Amino acid sequence: MTVHHRPVLKRMFMISSAMLVVLAAAAVAGVCVGPAGGGFKSVIGSLLGRAPVDAALQDIIWRIRAPRVLMAALVGAALSCGGLVFQALLRNPLAEPYILGISGGAAIGAISGILLGLARFPGVSLLSFLGSMLTLALLLLISSGRTVLHKNSLLLSGVMVNAFCSAVIMFLVSITQDARIHNIIFWLMGDLSLAGFHQVFILAVIMVPCLTVLFWLSNSMNLILLGKETARSLGVNLVAVTVILLVTTSLMVSATVSQCGLLGFVGLVMPHLLRLLLGPDHRVLVPACVLGGATYMILCDVLARTLPRQGEMPAGVVTALIGAPLFILLLKRSAK
Amino acid sequence: MKAAVNVDHLEFTYETEPVLRDVSFTVGRGDFFVIIGPNGSGKTTLMRLLAGTLKTRHGKVRIMGKPIEAFSRRALARRMALVPQMEALDFPFRVSEFVLMGRAPHLGILGLEQTADFEIARQAMAFTSVEHLAERRMGQLSGGERQRILVARAICQQPEIILLDEPTASLDLAHQIQVMDLMKSFQQEKDVTIVMVSHDVNLASIYGDQLLLLKTGRIVKQGKPGEVLTFQDLEYAYGCKLLVDKSPLGGFPRVTPVPRKYLNPEVDVD
Repeated sequence: MTVHHRPVLKRMFMISSAMLVVLAAAAVAGVCVGPAGGGFKSVIGSLLGRAPVDAALQDIIWRIRAPRVLMAALVGAALSCGGLVFQALLRNPLAEPYILGISGGAAIGAISGILLGLARFPGVSLLSFLGSMLTLALLLLISSGRTVLHKNSLLLSGVMVNAFCSAVIMFLVSITQDARIHNIIFWLMGDLSLAGFHQVFILAVIMVPCLTVLFWLSNSMNLILLGKETARSLGVNLVAVTVILLVTTSLMVSATVSQCGLLGFVGLVMPHLLRLLLGPDHRVLVPACVLGGATYMILCDVLARTLPRQGEMPAGVVTALIGAPLFILLLKRSAK
Repeated sequence: MKAAVNVDHLEFTYETEPVLRDVSFTVGRGDFFVIIGPNGSGKTTLMRLLAGTLKTRHGKVRIMGKPIEAFSRRALARRMALVPQMEALDFPFRVSEFVLMGRAPHLGILGLEQTADFEIARQAMAFTSVEHLAERRMGQLSGGERQRILVARAICQQPEIILLDEPTASLDLAHQIQVMDLMKSFQQEKDVTIVMVSHDVNLASIYGDQLLLLKTGRIVKQGKPGEVLTFQDLEYAYGCKLLVDKSPLGGFPRVTPVPRKYLNPEVDVD
């Protein structure tokens, strides 16, 4: 009848199991699709180790497609949760790590690391994290202040921070003269094609504790939605919770950026869709965003691999093609 | 018996001009305590200091005998609830979910409610007669319904003290009385202390056990309604002519502002 009779844990469990099924289906699709073909039957056969499949296909499936699908899942989960957290903390439905320039800052850090010749992990990741934290600090500095600013000033600040980051990135790219340029540019547009099990492992090691933190603080996020004063009066240690959430999300986002580059608007699509379907309770939304974001990103990557006749395009192209129009739609709706 | 709230030589300054100057008072347990005063008298600042959302710099605030700084946010929230004046309510939480959030300071580390919490929320909603709204979204409520739901959440918090910040500011007469009666019966049934900030001196007169009158950050007077609501003190605090008489209802002071046309005896009044 009422919410009294559906405790949140049960809802969470039911929603998560349903979404897990969808995620599994998307993952299977992700493993099956690719220029080398394979088809559903032989791929499943290979995965189960039964049907006699030729060695090349087996190799492609295990060495290329499987880590790529896992990578897409982790990245999608991280970015969707990133969007969810920023939207709650800033109480702005349009907030998202890419739009706010956090991803751009992480990218500057990552490129600096690549140009300095550091290893992807931990060197590049660390610089990327620093870059995202710096842009976050810059953003909060610009958009806060004593005067009460309009809701959209934060977004505008983000757009400017993002523009500045892009300029710095192009500057760094243009002073680079060797063959790394092509890699960097492709990576900038969000590239999952280089994913290997090693990267997947690193990202997973970062993500699991971060997602645990988000889940732990998900009820505090609900209370923060009610406003600062109310959140405090309901027992939320606002400063501590905000700092922990911002650092955690920046860490997740910068980790994905340093591994796969810029994938825009991912943090917009899933949180909005899920909030529409499931309501605003973050205790349900956090796990739903993990699973939904993973599914979404796997499917975007499938599109990126199959849409072009030859080769593939960066997955970031697909996410931006879907996400940017949605952003405009939401902006129009929120202006009403 | 220890006091519920004890304020000792409290001073507060935002920029340069002090907002509160040497304010000291005590709220006894189980009292309905109303802070009144004109705009800019420091009522809201005082409320924030009591709620702990502003930090005290000079002077002391004690809640249940313990300095407010000694409480963690959660511990404070278990003993004291705030019914804010305005709250951003433009998100699609259901009323029942919203009331249930009052349980937040009592929940375990994962923030999951137990059966008992649902029962407490149900009782709070029954007490404020908002059960029929349980499934509605917060955005779809009238002003009176919202206020009752904010009260329901505070009750659900099971506090010993409830702070009310202008709970009747945007309500019509019927809803004003409804919300105030609700608070009064909650105070009396559950022996809860209520501290309210209000613009409405007449509601303060009807419902308050103890009143505190502020002007530009200083206490003008404190005591029972009959002691505080005298026309000398009120005219001094509010800076306008007032008529104070006794209400035929129960003999409590009734305050009527006097318009200009009744001030000058030479002007014809018809």
